Amino acid sequence: MQASRLPAYVDILVIPLLNLLTALFVAGIIIAIIGENPFTALSIMLKGAFIYKGGLGYTLFYTTNFIFTGLAVAVAFHAMLFNIGGEGQAAMGGLGIGLVALGLGGILPVPIVILLAIIGSAIFGAIWGVIPGYLQAKRGSHIVITTIMFNFIASSIMIWLLAGLLMAPNQMSPETVSFADGVMLFKIHQILNSMGFSVARSPLNLSFVLALLCCFAVWVLIWRTRFGYRIRATGFSTKASAYGGYRPEWIIILVMAISGGLAGMMAVNEILGVQHRVILNFTSGYGFTGIAVALMGRNHPVGIIFASLLFGALYQGGAELDFEFQTITRDMVIMIQGLIILFSGALAYMFNPFLERIFLANKGQKEPENG
Amino acid sequence: MADFWFQFLLALDSSIRVATPLILGAMAGIFSERSGIIDISLEGKMLMAAFVAAAVAYGTGSPWLGAIAAIIVSIIASLIHGFACIIHRGNQVISGLAINILASGLTVIIGIALFRQGGQTPTLPKSARFNSIELPFAQYFADNIPILGVVYKELISGHNILVWLALASVGITYYILFKTTFGLRLRAVGEKPEALDSAGISVSKMRFQAIIIAGILCGLAGVYLSTATGAGFVKEMTAGKGYIALAAMIFGKWRPVPALFACLMFGFLEAVAARVQGAEFPIIGEISSDLLLALPYVLTVVLLAGFIGGVSPPRAIGQPYIKER
Amino acid sequence: MLDKINKVKREHIIKNGDESSPFAISLIDICKSFGPVQANDAISLDVTRGTIHGIIGENGAGKSTLMSIIYGFYQPDSGMIKVAGTPASFKQPSEAISLGIGMVHQHFMLVPNFTALENIILGSEGKKGLKSGLYAARKKLKELSQTYGLEVDLDSITEDLPVGIQQRIEILKALYRGAKVLILDEPTGVLTPQETERLFEILNALKSEGVTILLITHKLHEVMAITDVVSVMRQGKLVAHTKTKETNSEWLAEQMVGRSVLVNIQYPKGNPKHIALSAEKVSVTDKRGFDSLKNVSFDLHAGEILGIAGISGNGQSELLSVLSGIIQPAAGQFKIAEELFDATHHADPQKVRQLGVAHVPEDRHAEGLILQFQAFESAILGYEKSPNLGVKLLTDPNVNRTYCAQLMESFDVRPQNPTLLSSQFSGGNQQKLILAREISSMPKVLLVGQPTRGVDIGAIEFIHNTLISMRDSGCAIIVVSVELEEILSLSDRIMVMNAGEVVGTVNKQDATKPMLGKMMAGMSLNVAEKGV
Repeated sequence: MQASRLPAYVDILVIPLLNLLTALFVAGIIIAIIGENPFTALSIMLKGAFIYKGGLGYTLFYTTNFIFTGLAVAVAFHAMLFNIGGEGQAAMGGLGIGLVALGLGGILPVPIVILLAIIGSAIFGAIWGVIPGYLQAKRGSHIVITTIMFNFIASSIMIWLLAGLLMAPNQMSPETVSFADGVMLFKIHQILNSMGFSVARSPLNLSFVLALLCCFAVWVLIWRTRFGYRIRATGFSTKASAYGGYRPEWIIILVMAISGGLAGMMAVNEILGVQHRVILNFTSGYGFTGIAVALMGRNHPVGIIFASLLFGALYQGGAELDFEFQTITRDMVIMIQGLIILFSGALAYMFNPFLERIFLANKGQKEPENG
Repeated sequence: MADFWFQFLLALDSSIRVATPLILGAMAGIFSERSGIIDISLEGKMLMAAFVAAAVAYGTGSPWLGAIAAIIVSIIASLIHGFACIIHRGNQVISGLAINILASGLTVIIGIALFRQGGQTPTLPKSARFNSIELPFAQYFADNIPILGVVYKELISGHNILVWLALASVGITYYILFKTTFGLRLRAVGEKPEALDSAGISVSKMRFQAIIIAGILCGLAGVYLSTATGAGFVKEMTAGKGYIALAAMIFGKWRPVPALFACLMFGFLEAVAARVQGAEFPIIGEISSDLLLALPYVLTVVLLAGFIGGVSPPRAIGQPYIKER
Repeated sequence: MLDKINKVKREHIIKNGDESSPFAISLIDICKSFGPVQANDAISLDVTRGTIHGIIGENGAGKSTLMSIIYGFYQPDSGMIKVAGTPASFKQPSEAISLGIGMVHQHFMLVPNFTALENIILGSEGKKGLKSGLYAARKKLKELSQTYGLEVDLDSITEDLPVGIQQRIEILKALYRGAKVLILDEPTGVLTPQETERLFEILNALKSEGVTILLITHKLHEVMAITDVVSVMRQGKLVAHTKTKETNSEWLAEQMVGRSVLVNIQYPKGNPKHIALSAEKVSVTDKRGFDSLKNVSFDLHAGEILGIAGISGNGQSELLSVLSGIIQPAAGQFKIAEELFDATHHADPQKVRQLGVAHVPEDRHAEGLILQFQAFESAILGYEKSPNLGVKLLTDPNVNRTYCAQLMESFDVRPQNPTLLSSQFSGGNQQKLILAREISSMPKVLLVGQPTRGVDIGAIEFIHNTLISMRDSGCAIIVVSVELEEILSLSDRIMVMNAGEVVGTVNKQDATKPMLGKMMAGMSLNVAEKGV
């Protein structure tokens, strides 16, 4: 992606905003085409996301997922790597949690099991990310294709295990037995209620806190450590990285491990926070949304939090739309997501010529084309 | 024993039918990527085409009209990809991904708006579909000519026209790519666009032509799914076939005939997987069909890692062409 | 209608030659700039038909731009082009091609996995389908090959062919399209001496058939060997034009390389001490199997500046890359402070920095800085673990910013703002920042590539003074430069490189420009010392 000549605030705020508005505009047109009022739809989405009872809780619950997958994509992007494998890495993360929780639940004290399960999710996710990373670094296999393939492979493995070895006995659906009592993360509404606040039910749980901690950790890693410096240097210029003596191959491998690990931890929110057993398809597209989140959030944790919030609101608002309109379902959100990826990703700089004329012309700084 | 061979024959027959959309998708991918444009959006194009084909076929009663509409929509999707990648030099992977996600959402939304059936189209009557074509004397040969007659009836006869189109597309792709001026230039544009540019030929125009052809082929694949092998559109009915087509294209090293064999092999795996669930084999025991279904993907990764011979995509792929200096 | 008649008339004239005009191409006051850079400054030139006309100049002199204008790739900002006496303007290469102008590019425009035949006809396949196009081409090419001695196996795969043969394909491409004027851009850069001989034979054959040849090169001995006329370009201007018979290499070298002497300070000699770095028979092979560095041996002492002179592309870059640990030698070894590095014991930039070696790279944009980083982040490239920055667990941008501000102050980098993007500084200030970074690690050995390329005069003097004072405090310095003045001014000893080898080493007091020029052109030291 090109470095922009526009002032920083335009790059970070105005362009993403423009991209979002364009996507919403196109979505609005489609809503109108199918016969509904786009503005009504928008207002219902907002109410469902923030105002209705439990709405905010649900919104933040989804936000948690997107923070994890968004961070995963962003970390890889800083090394100019495209990690499309968030779905598979998250699925593996769930497997990791399941194995730890089922294997050690009842044997070790509950807090330790929870801790180990979280670590397990990160490790399993990391492994699923490291393999494509290694293949890219050492054998030149294009990471985009390998991560897409690994998504499918992970899905097959999960089906095979959950309908086979790990399946709960006397069950028809492919899922494991429930985890032992207590092997779960507390829900936020329970915590707040016990403190005297009256809060509606929602699946929002402590993973949200974990996600925010990860945001902080990623920020520290990328911008406050020497390793993070090397990652960014390698991403911008492999020649300068070679000049500096960093080893681009190992940086790629490590970055993919971290990225996979973050995606893996998304499973903590779903599996440890809500389901308490391993089920199929709990990733349900969150991995891909992570890409949109990273793009909109410009690969920075703060941007990712806002973008995740946006998508969380979209998801929850979408559920409300589904509820209230016969003609609109959650697929509307998927479509908006596609539009956002299109405009923030592929067409991100579509508005640049127009913006440059506004912002740079004032300072007379219009640069000539480089020959 | 004869039963085993008969089952095997049926599996082959099934492979061809499963492979048909893969073949069309792989050929589409070959055109696109040979011109230097990464196309992850085979899946999305197929899905949109499948929906439009079914919807229009239902509305007009004619599968042919459905097919035409589907191809047009698929071409439009290609043009969006081209607009982002060729004109705006955007990231080709992201654009492809966006189109896929967009397709997933849009097909259901419009489907619900039109048919109120949760995203699918109503079941299509036989008249609105492409039906299987029994070749002449099929039953007679099967009854009277040993082995070959049965092969003729089960394997060769009984496919619908799109299967034949898919097989023909391989030959056509080969011919266009390697025996025509257009194909020569297309291959040049994917390897070294400067060579073409310095000869005074527009790189952009070439690439647009390539992705439009890809759009037509993906359109046909979608048509097949919903109006030939299926009886209407169902949510997410492509189920990853676009990605398997991509894998087959890579497996076939961007050449039509090897890609055809890769598609047939992948189709065979899927056909066998369906038959193998629960069956006991000597030594191996029970084979999980779920793992079998993952084989195409695993094999592609193994190939990409260089373990079964190397893979080199067209040299200039994925890089937006900017006049140097 | 008139246009069409004129066009046909012009093409006829070109193909058959207009008796009234002896010039195949005439350029009148051609100007072209890219932003602030004036690549071509009022160039006027007449190229006589049926001659081999050499155009020489250093990298960045503007030769390639000029040729691109003649070939139709660029349009001039102003000025006129005449083809065979008739004014012409090309909006794209295909128009130039139709007027008989063909270009053989320095970096071949060939599709690697096509056959030679496919590459030749690409874009001109004819209207009757590929098969008949290929068939017709074969016939025509057979004639062309025989006439000009360009033997090529038409069905071989291009990337499998030796470079010399690939070049013939490029030439055939132009001839196949009816070129009567052939422009060759640095044709011998990639050829072995034998292949170069063959090329010259072909060029002479072309000349005898009436083809006009424009040869762009920076290799003086080739210009002397094959051209009839030679023009010299320097910094966008045409500075000399003469018949080859009437001149010689040294004069040409001076025209090419010398600039009006602005800073010719004679620094007092250094005081060399112990050996800080020594190299023995270091050889490097590049990805193509080409020997870019052959058996280079030398000693570098603390307190001296060893200048490496030579026209760029003769192995100096590879030498710097090996010594700084970025690439590995294929053979030979070098020693830094008692530690030996060779093909089995690899050096790497971090290790080499720890041994006290600093490196100011030739390509400051791609290697020396990261353009998208802010200045204070580029200021720690390679040194992020340095004790200068405090050795805490986390990096502190404030510490880095302060550090960068210090560097900027002591080295007069302007604007003194560590938060600006690295790309926003001028070339001179970027260079000063890099120098500041490398020098503040108190290196024992300093490797410097093209220290003042693209740097303004004020900064040049500063940089030179800095290097001298480093030398005087005991640093061992290697300076690679294409500017002879700079080498002569700074160096205690001068090592001349040509074609990957060391031609010879001279002491400062014995070195003269003519002698160095000859050595740069490949003449050995003994021969260069004799004669004028």
